[in-house]
Amino acid sequence: MTAVRIERLRVVRGGNVVLPGLTCDVARGSVTGLLGPSGSGKTTLIRAIVGVQRVAGGRVAVLGAEAGSRGLRGRVGYMTQEPSVYSDLTVRENLRFFARVLGLAATDVERAIEEVALPEHAGRVVSRLSGGERARVSLAAALLGAPELLVLDEPTVGLDPLLRRDLWELFHELADRGATLLVSSHVMDEADRCDALLLLREGRLLARGTPDELLRRTGSERLDEAFLRLVEEAAP
Amino acid sequence: MSVRVTGAVAARVLTQLRRDPRTIALLVGVPCVLEALLKEIFAGRSQVFRHTGAPLLGLFPFVTMFLVTSITMLRERTSGTLERLMTLPLAKLDLLAGYGAAFALVAAGQAAVVSALTFGALGLEVEGPRSLVAALAVANAVLGTALGLFVSAFAQSEFQAVQFMPATVFPQILLCGLFVPRGQMAGWLGGLSDALPLTYAYDALARTAADEIDARFAVDAGVVCGCILLALALGAATLRRRT
Repeated sequence: MTAVRIERLRVVRGGNVVLPGLTCDVARGSVTGLLGPSGSGKTTLIRAIVGVQRVAGGRVAVLGAEAGSRGLRGRVGYMTQEPSVYSDLTVRENLRFFARVLGLAATDVERAIEEVALPEHAGRVVSRLSGGERARVSLAAALLGAPELLVLDEPTVGLDPLLRRDLWELFHELADRGATLLVSSHVMDEADRCDALLLLREGRLLARGTPDELLRRTGSERLDEAFLRLVEEAAP
Repeated sequence: MSVRVTGAVAARVLTQLRRDPRTIALLVGVPCVLEALLKEIFAGRSQVFRHTGAPLLGLFPFVTMFLVTSITMLRERTSGTLERLMTLPLAKLDLLAGYGAAFALVAAGQAAVVSALTFGALGLEVEGPRSLVAALAVANAVLGTALGLFVSAFAQSEFQAVQFMPATVFPQILLCGLFVPRGQMAGWLGGLSDALPLTYAYDALARTAADEIDARFAVDAGVVCGCILLALALGAATLRRRT
């Protein structure tokens, strides 16, 4: 059962080939980590999956439909790398707006606020919040309406360790309820919190598998070490 | 298109504006000060204020809403919220119509205050109905909003967006007949003037001021409404889901 299937995806941005021909897939009901250094093409791949990236070739199928097609809007939750919420509105006003666009009730808004642990800040204007709090507002907007696929671009960057742990627990809870999550990160210590990993480097898929598989295959003890070995193996 | 989504966009834009009382004060205050200045500098020639007071009342909203809209839309693009919206069940026209509706409401408030001052304290007299001047002001605001949305697609920074105002609005004000009657312009300038929407907006206002609500007025009003729809359609066409 795959939620996302990518075949020979080619993306060119500003004359640079970002993804030369990527093939991979994301299993349904899993938390899949998309890992790689910055500039490896993670955000471009994510944008292609949510259907806002112009592609030069290949196919991206999401939940059985073509990425970005009309029927998918509202079934895929998307959190951009930079918090994409209105800084001059309060947390609640932001979420109410996105909820109304999705045709949801006000109770969905309150639930999303609780899921990202922001109830005390619900009435505050987003521009007065810290970077981490802003990121959580943006995450809450992606959670609205319990989408079947959640695509989160570096959702835990800059958060304190306690909050990061809570969010990873939330991701697994959502997956247990049947959602599929694709979570990007450039921090390797988040990799072992994922069910499956896609390691990306320079627009190519370096390796894929569960954290245990990758450790075994490379004979490493830690995932950052495994990543290094994989890079060295790939280099001629 | 969906009424619910369009309404959500309009309500959101109005809430954002409400958070910014200084902008509201400027939107209403600046045209008031300019109308008062206009009356004072032509104190010795009251017929000038009589000829230009009403058209200016109707053209201010065009300029201010053009600017406010193009900046707001640019912010929507640069903040990533537009990218998020493009993944949601929202038609591009919902977004544009929502903006148009919100700024039309703001323009109605602006026109109400400025016309109360201009017709009241400043004593401007028009032969036609004053309510028609206010209605044309709102129509011009929507025209400014629609053009601002369209033009914002070509601006990559706030600096560029601000420059689009003089680039697209000033020539229209110079050529619309306010400074020089269109009949006295060189042929090619007259032709250029014919192709610009503000010409028709100005003509409708001037005819209202002179109480010449005739067939030509109907043509003017029709052209203004047509340009609003055309600019919204062009705005929707330049809005890309994939970038």
